[in-house]
Amino acid sequence: MSGRRIFARPARFAAMAPYVWMVLFFLVPFGFVLKISLSQTAIAQPPYEPVFDLTAGWEALKAAFAALSIDNFRLLVSDDLYVFAYVRSLTVAFAATALLLLIGYPIAYGMARLPKRWQAVAMVLVIVPFWTSFLIRIYAWINILQHDGLLNQILLALHLVSQPVVWLSTDTAMYIGIVYSYLPFMILPLYATLAKMEPVLEEAASDLGAPPWQVFWLITFPLSLPGVGAGVLLCFIPIVGEFVIPDLLAGSNSLMIGQTLWLEFFTNKDWPVASAAAIVLLVVLLVPLLLYERLQKRQLEQGR
Amino acid sequence: MHNISRLSRFNIASLALGLAFLYLPIIILVIYSFNASRLVTVWGGWSLRWYHEFFNDRAMIEAAWMSVKVAVSSATIATLLGTLTAVALSRGERFRGRTLFSGMLYAPLVMPEVITGLSLLLLFVALNAERGFWTVTIAHTTLTMCFVAVVVQSRLGSLDRSLEEAAMDLGCNPVRAFVAVTLPLIAPAIVAGWMLAFTLSLDDLVIASFTTGPGSATLPIRIYSEVRLGVKPEINAICTLVIGLIAVVIVIASLASKLSSSQGESAAPL
Repeated sequence: MSGRRIFARPARFAAMAPYVWMVLFFLVPFGFVLKISLSQTAIAQPPYEPVFDLTAGWEALKAAFAALSIDNFRLLVSDDLYVFAYVRSLTVAFAATALLLLIGYPIAYGMARLPKRWQAVAMVLVIVPFWTSFLIRIYAWINILQHDGLLNQILLALHLVSQPVVWLSTDTAMYIGIVYSYLPFMILPLYATLAKMEPVLEEAASDLGAPPWQVFWLITFPLSLPGVGAGVLLCFIPIVGEFVIPDLLAGSNSLMIGQTLWLEFFTNKDWPVASAAAIVLLVVLLVPLLLYERLQKRQLEQGR
Repeated sequence: MHNISRLSRFNIASLALGLAFLYLPIIILVIYSFNASRLVTVWGGWSLRWYHEFFNDRAMIEAAWMSVKVAVSSATIATLLGTLTAVALSRGERFRGRTLFSGMLYAPLVMPEVITGLSLLLLFVALNAERGFWTVTIAHTTLTMCFVAVVVQSRLGSLDRSLEEAAMDLGCNPVRAFVAVTLPLIAPAIVAGWMLAFTLSLDDLVIASFTTGPGSATLPIRIYSEVRLGVKPEINAICTLVIGLIAVVIVIASLASKLSSSQGESAAPL
């Protein structure tokens, strides 16, 4: 009789409250999103129809079921606005994730090579900005990037440009904002795998005559792939649905899907189309989401 | 021979540049919050003028108070639920629906906020719940309990199970073994989880926008609507205050984990 066994029953009991909470507030809501994505907008409260009223009797329920349709999804597929928004979201997320990997890897690598004592300090230094507000960090960049902001002042003072450059409301600003906000999410999983790596492996390779770049490509990088995978997914998935950063930093002539959804919901008050957009977004992200879950589970539940 | 230094010049440069990139914008923001000039970009000497402005801005103060209330309540509920979750997943062997449970737990960590926000709002509308403090608190709890669970779970995973088993061999029942042995050991992770939940809630704009009702805007919602109209020095001051608050929270969290002699670096920060 091992202790573990005896422990199982209270643990099962402990799981009840959070389990019920997650089913009620995470799983069930998707049912409502699905249902409303099949409804039509109405000038009413709530602003969609049909409304299922269990007290109205069987016939009314049947009529309500009959009124559901996939028109919203047809609209999403046929209207260029939405198609472009999905394509743009994926493109931006791919490009930004690639940038993040390119910028984050050398930083994580540097961290992993610090003496042990300094590694802890460096880790805290990377985590701290993640704790300061997301919105504030974007706002800080608006300060810097605006027409007469610090960046333009410096560029003008150094005579690198002759007149202020337009930074705000451009894709450049948006990419800066995304990389800035998500960098800790890329660095930390990379660092976690790089720090665990045996330095002996790299040393053996270089002792056997491999030049540094070959050591990196043949030993270091392949061994860090789990970290790369975690970092990439941790950044890619939320970036696809990002709203705040493109809204505040990018121009308004091409929208990402998060912005389109927000507009449909808050400005056009079209809840059904917003819901349909959310469902499609979820479907697009399903594969990366499942991959991420598997990675997370393996890391946390099968011992580290 | 290879022990001279594993740090190359390239390593040092990328570290320095990376940290500068992470910190400079925040430092600039803080400095400019003390700027006397109304023009955000012209330096007019040191002043606390914009802090005064903020403390006289009733709507902004109300929003800040609302945010703090939501953050404290949701972080507390989330810590409770998240810790229970972590215990169940790492100590309970198998139970029906376990895969679904851990699936529901990890998805919100990366789920785009627009989806989470919209789905919760539709639930609240269907339930005919009055939107305001409680709906935002529930929404934030749902999101942040997952972060708490992951933080506590990684700590539980690194614990030596033989300690619990010893306590039970010595006659403790499982609950008592948990309270007497496990709980003190995972306390730092629980504190860190609370802090993380608190800051995540304080920070959230998207989910709060969906789930709040008229008249109960949170601080990020107010800041966002001001920022959309352009940069205002008062916002710099508010942001600095929020950064200060979070800094205090981090210091407390790190002290708490120092006190209970954490073993090595805490595993996953996420």
